[in-house]
Amino acid sequence: MNMYSRLKGWLISPAVIVAIGTCSALMTVLQFSLRTYVPGSLDVGGFTLDNFSGLMKSIYLSALGNTLCLSVETMVFSLLLAYPLAYALVRVRNRALKSVILIMSLTPLFLGEIVRTYSWTVVLGSNGFVNTVLRKLGLIEWPIDLMFTHFGVVLALVHVTIPVTVLMLGAAISHINRDYERAAQSLGANPVKIFVTVTLPLSMPGILASSTTAFAWTFSAFATPQMIGGGRVPTLSTLVYQLGLSSLNFPLAASLSVIGLALTAVSLLVFGKLTVRLKRIGGH
Amino acid sequence: MKIRHGLPWPLRVAGPLLIAAILAFMLLPVIVVTLAAFNDKAILAFPPKHWSLQWFARVLTYSDFQSGFNSSLVVTFWASLIALVIGTGIAITVKRLDFKGKDALQAILMMPMVVPQFTIGLGLLILVAQVGLDRGYAILILCHVILVLPFVLRSVYVSMENLDERLEHAAASLGAPPMKVLFTVVVPLLGPGLFGGWLFAAILSFNEFTASLFITTESTQTLPVTMYNYVREFADPTLAALSVVYIVVTASLLAFANYFLGLGKILNIEESP
Repeated sequence: MNMYSRLKGWLISPAVIVAIGTCSALMTVLQFSLRTYVPGSLDVGGFTLDNFSGLMKSIYLSALGNTLCLSVETMVFSLLLAYPLAYALVRVRNRALKSVILIMSLTPLFLGEIVRTYSWTVVLGSNGFVNTVLRKLGLIEWPIDLMFTHFGVVLALVHVTIPVTVLMLGAAISHINRDYERAAQSLGANPVKIFVTVTLPLSMPGILASSTTAFAWTFSAFATPQMIGGGRVPTLSTLVYQLGLSSLNFPLAASLSVIGLALTAVSLLVFGKLTVRLKRIGGH
Repeated sequence: MKIRHGLPWPLRVAGPLLIAAILAFMLLPVIVVTLAAFNDKAILAFPPKHWSLQWFARVLTYSDFQSGFNSSLVVTFWASLIALVIGTGIAITVKRLDFKGKDALQAILMMPMVVPQFTIGLGLLILVAQVGLDRGYAILILCHVILVLPFVLRSVYVSMENLDERLEHAAASLGAPPMKVLFTVVVPLLGPGLFGGWLFAAILSFNEFTASLFITTESTQTLPVTMYNYVREFADPTLAALSVVYIVVTASLLAFANYFLGLGKILNIEESP
């Protein structure tokens, strides 16, 4: 008889309440996605599939495409930038240098979406940092558009995603048994070859885990596409907000959310399958 | 014999340069927003021609920021505390007991890691509207608990891995009732993990924006929502000044935590020798 059995009810029931809260929120979204919208009212009509056919318009489809595109681009670029950083963070011997890299790459994670995104508007704005520098250098005459562009949104999203990617990659790289690298070295492999054939493959689980996180984060990102995109880079999140809080069309907002949930589930499945396959190749 | 430096010299130079460039990218917005905060003009221009502290004064006197800060403190305090208590309880139960629906409960609690915040926010908004409740603090705190609980759970799970179950059995066999075992053996031993989980929950809750935007009202508006509304209304550098406050506080907290607790260990990125 386990000693905690008597406390079971006390330990579990609060968590059950939270789980019920989560489920009710999601079930409500699901239910409303199947209800008829009654204009000018928060109440809804009977069950219907019209909301989903209503989403077959170019604005929603392009937002869907945008969101997927942004998520993939952000995932790839943050991986490319975070890997060297994570590698340096783990392998640098100098403690002070290590702390500097750690704090510089982590601070943005704890600043919150608004501060980070707002800071990027100062960098990208027509009187902002980039345009001022380019103008002073005589490279441009008129400000180039960075705000309200796809490029600007990706740039800010990559910045948002790098810290968490660095953390996950760092954890993976730090758990690599260095004897493998030493063995390769003693067999005459040069550092580049060691990295490509030993270190990189061994950090694959970390690469996949951080790709999944980067993808999921970007997929649900709201503040960045909303503030930097300014309505010109519509995504699922900005449209759900617009439909839900500005138009108060709960059913349509809910059905768009359901599409988002379905896509998230599909991409997680794909990532999961990839992980299993890679593990089999790696012989783990 | 020196085989360590077999790297061709261009790569040896390129490596550090690449790291420096990436770090510069990470720091760029921080530096730019800091400079913009000291501009004496009411526009966001870079670089400022004359310097001023007036926007910092406005941060302190603008009443919406004060009430937003207060709401954020209330929500963060309760949400992180509740999430910590619930997370610890359920982590211990999951590791030490078997019960029906254990896997399902765990899966549901971890779901917010992948379910978009705007979906949870929308769901709670509709739910509250349907039931006819007020959008008060209760629903906001519930929402934050839902969102930060996965992070607390993960942190407590990791600490539970290193907890020797025999210590609990020893205490129990010496006659300590379960409650006493929990509070005199388990909780103290989990201490650092619990603190880490709580801190992470508190920071996440304090900065939570998307879901809060859906379910806050004017009276429960948290600081991030207030900040967002400010940018939509005004174009002056007040928010830059507030960002500087955020940056200074966050970076000092991190440096402090790194110095005293060793962030590398907490974050699990330390190489074993």
